[in-house]
Amino acid sequence: MGLAILARKIGMTQLFPDGSAVGTTVIETQPCTVVQIKTVETDGYNAIQLAYGEVPDRKVTRPLRGHYQKAGVASHRHLFEARIDDPSAYKLGDQVGLEIFAEGEKVDVVGTSRGLGFQGVVKRWDFAGGPASHGSHFHRRPGSVGNCVNPGRVVKGKKLPGQTGNRRITVKGLKVLRVDPGRNLIVLKGSTPGARGTILQLRKSNG
Amino acid sequence: MDNILRAVEKEHLQERGEFSSGDIVRIHERISEGAKERIQVFEGIVLKRSGPGTREMVTVRKISSGIGVEKTYPVHSPKIEKIELVKKYHIRQAKPYYLRRLRRIR
Repeated sequence: MGLAILARKIGMTQLFPDGSAVGTTVIETQPCTVVQIKTVETDGYNAIQLAYGEVPDRKVTRPLRGHYQKAGVASHRHLFEARIDDPSAYKLGDQVGLEIFAEGEKVDVVGTSRGLGFQGVVKRWDFAGGPASHGSHFHRRPGSVGNCVNPGRVVKGKKLPGQTGNRRITVKGLKVLRVDPGRNLIVLKGSTPGARGTILQLRKSNG
Repeated sequence: MDNILRAVEKEHLQERGEFSSGDIVRIHERISEGAKERIQVFEGIVLKRSGPGTREMVTVRKISSGIGVEKTYPVHSPKIEKIELVKKYHIRQAKPYYLRRLRRIR
């Protein structure tokens, strides 16, 4: 794992980092606040709990408000944990921002992919589908899903229609092209999960 | 959100003089062959400019030894040394594709 922050996806554009045109993602961050420090002694593992996106107290439930008050920080919309080796380097209320990333470094991005709803097998699993015409009635169906008496059931994990997208996706090893602390922007090479405005977790890549 | 994207793109835009469809321009393209770098010039009439921001492309057409040749360049690529305006023409179309069918041109 590693140190991470939350950020908001602004959108994609094409830039020329070293001459060639490259698809890039622009991401806006805010510094995250340390809310809880977890150690092996107290919790069985080392981590810091971070909060992102300050909101008024009335926007969070009372139990959560108490949690923030205990740490002496303002209420935030998002809470997450970063597993780090040495949590004693941080104390409650510390800010972690995009300065943890350097240009040229690699990051992992965790986010929720765009939800496409209940989709058939052609969109969901790239099945080829059948002929559109020439008397064919087999258009976008999944076809046969199993054998006969043996095994007498459909194998687990069979690719069938269902909910597509809207699940947690991790993209590993995206290169940091630019870090702009003034405007709290970070520019990555390549694409990240989700639509514009999605909250993403940017994590130091260990790969 | 879009404003932020625009602002980021803006920093990567190159200083290109004004030119539009129908104009004759000279495009100086930097071509690197191994360690060596040279500049190739392509002069022709602008057929279209398309796309927003850093993604803008320009298509230039010329007649090269009797054959029509069209090249499309990214306007804001740093590999384009400069775009020189040779002659301004007033045309009525934004995309003068009819030039492709004209027998006599230049």
